[in-house]
Amino acid sequence: MDTSWFVVLSAFIFCIGAAGVLTRRSPLVILLCLELMLNAGNLALIAFSRMAGNQDGQVFALIVMVVAACEVVIGLGIIVAMYRRRLPIDVDAMSELRG
Amino acid sequence: MLFEQILFFIAGLGAIGGALGVVMLRNPFYSVLSLVGHLIALALLFLLLRADFLAAAQVVVYAGAVMVLYVFVVAYVGGSDEPLRPEGGGVSALGPLFALALFVELTIAVVGSSLGALDSPGRDIAAGFGSPGEIGKLLLTDFLVAFEAASFLLLVAAVGAVVLARKRRGLEDPETAPGVMSAHDAISGPKEAAR
Repeated sequence: MDTSWFVVLSAFIFCIGAAGVLTRRSPLVILLCLELMLNAGNLALIAFSRMAGNQDGQVFALIVMVVAACEVVIGLGIIVAMYRRRLPIDVDAMSELRG
Repeated sequence: MLFEQILFFIAGLGAIGGALGVVMLRNPFYSVLSLVGHLIALALLFLLLRADFLAAAQVVVYAGAVMVLYVFVVAYVGGSDEPLRPEGGGVSALGPLFALALFVELTIAVVGSSLGALDSPGRDIAAGFGSPGEIGKLLLTDFLVAFEAASFLLLVAAVGAVVLARKRRGLEDPETAPGVMSAHDAISGPKEAAR
């Protein structure tokens, strides 16, 4: 398969994730959509790594996976803390810092 | 190669379907399950790109461990259904439009680029391309600093998650803290005080 197929597929998945982040209101689902966007980036990195015949892109993708795992852990910790304080699990309602 | 093309379209449709499921499904629990399917389809695509180790890591670490964490939190918080669009929000309808425009722009950028190698399946590669041994060698030689920084980042994240999610005794008990008796108070309290 040509590399451009993989890159266009990755762009499509990235845009689905971006639409989810913009339209959904539950922070849980927004974290899931962020995962979609990060994975689309990973797919593009690996496709380019295959195109160049160089494995550096795969190591980059591995580091992106580590950062995504850290982001998930902290995000879920914040959601659990919100639930403990009986705050609404809704990003539109969390507007105290708007100023 | 016909077999690779068939596999690409099956895995690509699976990945797109999983991604659409994450965004469209209203119950967060089904969204998580849909993401698991998306990740497995993506691992198949990684295999097509000769990234064997990353495909295995994707299935074991992502679809296995991280998604279990998600399922636990959804079960704990009680993932309630939510309306897809907020009521009367005119701006939120622009979200999918913006995503569509982004996709068109990215596609034009890819198709219109003068990078000739994009229209080739890639360079010839050695037999061990993307195997655990090769990736491990790279991680311990060229990318040692990034590797150590990633392990330190994981440690910081683990400690941070424990600090964020632990039960606070005495200092900030949600039952006795002023202004956070209920969700309504938590939102309107500080604003009332500011006036």
